[in-house]
Amino acid sequence: MSKSNRPPKDFGFGPDEEMLRDLARKLLGERLPVDKLRTLVAEDHEAVYERHELQRWDEALWKEIVELGWTGLAVPEQDGGLGFKRAGIAGLVEEVGRSALPSPLVATLNATDVLAQAEGGRQWLARIADGTTATLAITNAVGSWELGEGDLSASEDGGDLVLDGAAYFVQDAFKADVLVVAAQCGGDRVLCAVPADSTGLSLVPDRIYDLTRDQATARFEDVRVAEENVVSRDAVGALERAWPSILVTVAADLVGCAEWQLQTTVQYAKDRKQFDRPIGFFQAVKHPLVNAMLDIDRARSLVYNAACAIDFDDPAEALKAARMAKSAASDAGAFISDRSVQLHGGIGFTWECDVHIFFKRSMHNQALYGDGVYQRKKLANTMIGEI
Amino acid sequence: MSTPNLTAEQIEFQEHARAWLAANPAPETQIDLPLSQLELATREQVEYYREWQRRCYEAGLVGTDIAKEYGGHGHSGCQDIANREMSRVGAPFLLNTVGLSMMIPAVLKHGTEEQKRRFIPKALSAEEIWCQGFSEPGAGSDMANQQTMAVRRGEEWVVNGHKVWTSFGQFAKHMILLARTSRDHKYDGLSFFLCPVEGHAGVTVKPLVKMTGELGFNEVFFEDCVIDDSLRLDDVGKGWTVAMTVLTHERGAAEGAGGGGISAVHPIERLIGLAKSSQRGGGLAADDPVTRDAIIRQAIVHEGIQQDARRAQVPALNDHPMRLPMGQGVVRTEFEQHCARLGVDIAGARSTLYKHDDAAPDNGYWPLAYMKSYAVTIGGGSSEIQRNILGERILGMPKSK
Repeated sequence: MSKSNRPPKDFGFGPDEEMLRDLARKLLGERLPVDKLRTLVAEDHEAVYERHELQRWDEALWKEIVELGWTGLAVPEQDGGLGFKRAGIAGLVEEVGRSALPSPLVATLNATDVLAQAEGGRQWLARIADGTTATLAITNAVGSWELGEGDLSASEDGGDLVLDGAAYFVQDAFKADVLVVAAQCGGDRVLCAVPADSTGLSLVPDRIYDLTRDQATARFEDVRVAEENVVSRDAVGALERAWPSILVTVAADLVGCAEWQLQTTVQYAKDRKQFDRPIGFFQAVKHPLVNAMLDIDRARSLVYNAACAIDFDDPAEALKAARMAKSAASDAGAFISDRSVQLHGGIGFTWECDVHIFFKRSMHNQALYGDGVYQRKKLANTMIGEI
Repeated sequence: MSTPNLTAEQIEFQEHARAWLAANPAPETQIDLPLSQLELATREQVEYYREWQRRCYEAGLVGTDIAKEYGGHGHSGCQDIANREMSRVGAPFLLNTVGLSMMIPAVLKHGTEEQKRRFIPKALSAEEIWCQGFSEPGAGSDMANQQTMAVRRGEEWVVNGHKVWTSFGQFAKHMILLARTSRDHKYDGLSFFLCPVEGHAGVTVKPLVKMTGELGFNEVFFEDCVIDDSLRLDDVGKGWTVAMTVLTHERGAAEGAGGGGISAVHPIERLIGLAKSSQRGGGLAADDPVTRDAIIRQAIVHEGIQQDARRAQVPALNDHPMRLPMGQGVVRTEFEQHCARLGVDIAGARSTLYKHDDAAPDNGYWPLAYMKSYAVTIGGGSSEIQRNILGERILGMPKSK
C-alpha cells in the first residue's frame, strides 16, 4: 500500500485490477450463469424455507476460487496473499454480486480486513491466503452495528480466554473455518480468532430469505481460546480501522447485483409486448430504469472513490467515502430491486422468475452493516456536527 | 491540484493560466451583477462581462485551442485547463457562451473558410455576442418541429417566424438560426443560418419576463427578414445535422466554461450554513434528523457527481462509453434543483422573502435559485427528454415517439 501519494485519478484501478476483474467475470459467467445458479439455490422452494435445509453452494467452484488465491486477495504478499488494493477487490466483488455467488468469499474478505488491523492477526492471514475461510462474529442480538456492542464475554484462565454468550447475524457461518470474535474482557474489548470446530461453540442457523448465503447465531459455552488466538486487546480499534473496507466490499456486491437486476429488467422491457409494443416503449417503464441506472452509476463511482481513499491511507476520508458508498449502494439496490419485480409484472413475483434471487441478496446486503439511513445519520454527525 | 500525464505544453499553459488569474482578479464594480448568464438584464452588466471576456481572450484563456488563423491561440488540449482554472478561482462567467460553445464548434465543423475568418475572432473577443434560435412556441422538446420558414429568393433567403426562450437576444449581433426550408421532410427540411439580429431589418427582439420577474429570455420575431445565402451553414437540408453538432458541444462545454461566483461556494456547505442559522420546531434545523438526512442525501449526490466525472475518465470502469457522460446532464441539473428546493424547506417561513427584503436569508438566494433551476431542467432538452434519450441510446429500449 502506497502512503503519502496523492490519490490517483483512475482510483488506482490499473491493468492488474482490470485483469483480475475480467478473470472473475469470465469464470463466474461460465461457471455460474443464472440458470445454474437457479438450479443450485432455488430448485425447490421448500428446501430452505420449509425443510430448513442449509443454502446450497458450489464447493467445486469454491475449490477453484481458492486455487486462484481469492481468499488471500486482501492478504499482503509477504503473508502469502495476493496483496490487492481495495480498488481491485471492489472490482472483483462487483462480479461476485453480479453472479450472486453463494460462497464464503465476502465474509472471509471482511474478516481478513479486521485481522489485518489486529496486532496478532498475521498467522491467521497466512492461513486465509492458503484457503482458510473466516467470518465476523461481532454483532449483538438486536443487530446493532455499533462496534463496541455485543453479547459475548471473556474471562482469563491461565494464559487462555474462556468465551461465553452469543454472537448474532454471523454471515456464512456454516462455510467458515474460523470465527473472528469480539468479546468483553473486564475493561477491554478483545478480538479472538476461534476455530469453528472449537469445543463449546455451536452454530444455530437463522431462517433467512437470502438463498445465496447462510447466517447463524454462534453460541459460546466455555469456549477456550488459546493465547495466540487472542489477536487484539483493542477490538474496537481494529474494527474501526477495518470498517471502511468492510462497507466498500458489501457496497461493491450490491452494485454488481444491481447492475444484473438493471440489465435483466431492461432486457425484459425490450422483449415483453403489451398493447402491441415492447413495454420499454412506455415512459412509465423507461424512465424508472434510467433512474435506476443513474443511481447505480453514482453508487459505483462512490465505491471506487472510497476504495481509493482506503488504498491511499486517508482514514477519515475513507470512512466518510465508504459510508457514502454504502448509503448510495443500499438505496440503488433497493430501488432497482423494487423495479425489477414490479416491471416484470405477474411473472416477477413468482418463484419461477430469477429476479427474486437477486432481490433477496440485495435486500440482505442493504441492511448489512447499516442501511442508507444509518450511514447518513453517521455522516451527518461528522459533516454537520453532533446533535 | 497538479494533474498527472500533462504534456509539456499543457504544464506550461497551466502555469501561465494560474499566474495570470492570480495577477488579474475580476475587476471591482458597483453594478449589481446577476447570478448567471441567464439573468443578464442591463447594458452595463453586458459591458462588464464583455470586458472580462476580452481580457481573458487576450491572455489566452479563451480560444485557447483554436487555430491562429481564426483568431485563436493555437494550443492543443489547453482549453479544458483554462476552463478549470477559471472555475477554480471563481472567475466571472464568460459572456459569449452561445458564441463560444455553440456557434464556433458548428462553424469549425460545417463552415466555409470565409465564415470561419469572419465570425470566430469577434466571438472570441466578445465583440460580437451570439444568441441561439432553436426554440419556438411549438418546438421545445420536439426540436425538429420548427415552423420558422426560410424561402429562397435568388441568392437570398426570406425568413418569417417566431423564436422563443432566446437568451442574449437583446444584446446579440447574430443568431444561430434553425429554420425550415422544406415542409416535405421533418428533419431533412431544416437548414442552418448565421443570421444577423442587431439592427437588421425584419428582426424584432422583445423581452420575455420569467416567473421570477426577471428579464433574460426574449422572443424574436422574423417578418420578411432577408439574409444572404453566404450566411447559410452547410448544405440546404443539413440543419438538423448542424444542430446536433451544436448540442453535442453544448453538453460538453457545460462542464467548466466560465465558472461564475456562485458555483465557487460549495452547495452542501451553503445548505449546512443555512440549517445552522434556521429554526425548526423550537430548535435548530441543523439538529432536526429529517433535515440532516435530506442534506446528507444531497451531499452524497454532490460527491457522486464528482466521482462520476472521475470514473468517466477510466475506460476500464465504463461498460458503455457514453453512459456516464450522457447521464450527467440530468443528474447535475436535478441536483441543482433539489438543493435549491431543500434550501427553501430549511429556510422555512423566511423562504417567503424576496431578495429585496433585508431579512431574506442569503439575500433571498434559495427561492430564487429554486425557481431559476427550472431553466436547466427544461432548457436544452427537458429532463423527460433526457431520460428518453438515455433509455433509448444507452439502455437500448424502443423509442418513445
